[in-house]
Amino acid sequence: MEYIVLVITAVLVKNILLAQYLGNCPFLGTSKRMDTAIGMGVSVIFVMTIATAITWVVQYSVLVPLKLEYLQTIAFILVIAALVQFVELFLKKFAPPLYSALGIFLPLITTNCAIMGVALLVILKGQTFPEAVLFAVASGVGFTLALILLAGIRERLEVSAVPMALRGAASGLIMAGLMSLAFFGFVGVDGSLKALIQ
Amino acid sequence: MKLLKVFTRGLWNEIPPFRLVLGLCPTLAVTRSAEDGLGMGLAVIFVLACSNMLVSSLRNLIPRQVRIACFVVIIASFVVVVELLSQAFFYPIYQSLGIFIPLIVVNCIILGRAEAFASRNGIIASGLDGLGMGLGFTLSLTVLGSIREILGQGTFFGAEVMWSSFRPFSFMVEAPGAFVTLGILLAIMNAISKSHQS
Repeated sequence: MEYIVLVITAVLVKNILLAQYLGNCPFLGTSKRMDTAIGMGVSVIFVMTIATAITWVVQYSVLVPLKLEYLQTIAFILVIAALVQFVELFLKKFAPPLYSALGIFLPLITTNCAIMGVALLVILKGQTFPEAVLFAVASGVGFTLALILLAGIRERLEVSAVPMALRGAASGLIMAGLMSLAFFGFVGVDGSLKALIQ
Repeated sequence: MKLLKVFTRGLWNEIPPFRLVLGLCPTLAVTRSAEDGLGMGLAVIFVLACSNMLVSSLRNLIPRQVRIACFVVIIASFVVVVELLSQAFFYPIYQSLGIFIPLIVVNCIILGRAEAFASRNGIIASGLDGLGMGLGFTLSLTVLGSIREILGQGTFFGAEVMWSSFRPFSFMVEAPGAFVTLGILLAIMNAISKSHQS
């Protein structure tokens, strides 16, 4: 049951994009069209889950026993960079249309703070391995949800008369702000769910 | 003259994160108050200037195929330096910036400058480019942090500035305020540069 609360918290209440401010560059970059938004979302879920699982193992079976915790930042970013390279090769070989659609954003997953952020957060919260993996999946789903919602709004905005100065990133950010306000409605849901279980 | 241009470009023409919509996560997350924004900005100036100079001095030694990985390791090393220094000497700021200090590694501006400028230019020019971009980033973060702190808490660098009956908008210090403020500032910058052109 705690796992359900964990998932709902990560997807809705503390959405990684709208409440934790992680992963905003790809959020604005790939939300102009629905198909790129879905592609980006799926690759983030995939990379985030594997990256968090690997960095969790690296942290607790290499860095902590060797007392090298101060190298956490370097170790994590190397793991993530290598992993993204692997995903890129994989997609190039097995899903070329997706590969060409995601274009420059796939290498940019390396510099997507959401991936690194989740890897650091699970360590910070001291989560166990299954909790960490589940949290990563749920955060990825939350990321995809917000990305797809914003892409839907921005596709509509594209064909409406928006003032010149607000075109592009400016209106995207304001829309994200309004969405984030809407997601505020979920604050407290995690607390009441917890109470319900007990 | 040319060097001066390299330095000042980051302050208006290409000021991050407005002109280059990169590095948004720290921009949104740590601008709850002017002080946090300034602290993050200073950390970024240090990392950006140092990594630019080191990348530039090694630019003929690094093979093209693995350049991104090399840049990431260089950046990560300087981030660890900042992390340890801030932990030792600026503990309150270290605590309020939280995971956003290790996340400087994945700030796209830094990798972007390494790739777009430092790997093609001399050491002095790269250092100045880093300083200029870093200063521009610090300026943006401090302005954004000031607006949010004044409206959201009625204070500026911790000092009361609004009249006594002023009711702070708690909206401004939360996530939606961050998105909307940045979006509006971006729109204002667009409007100004448009009227300059015409």
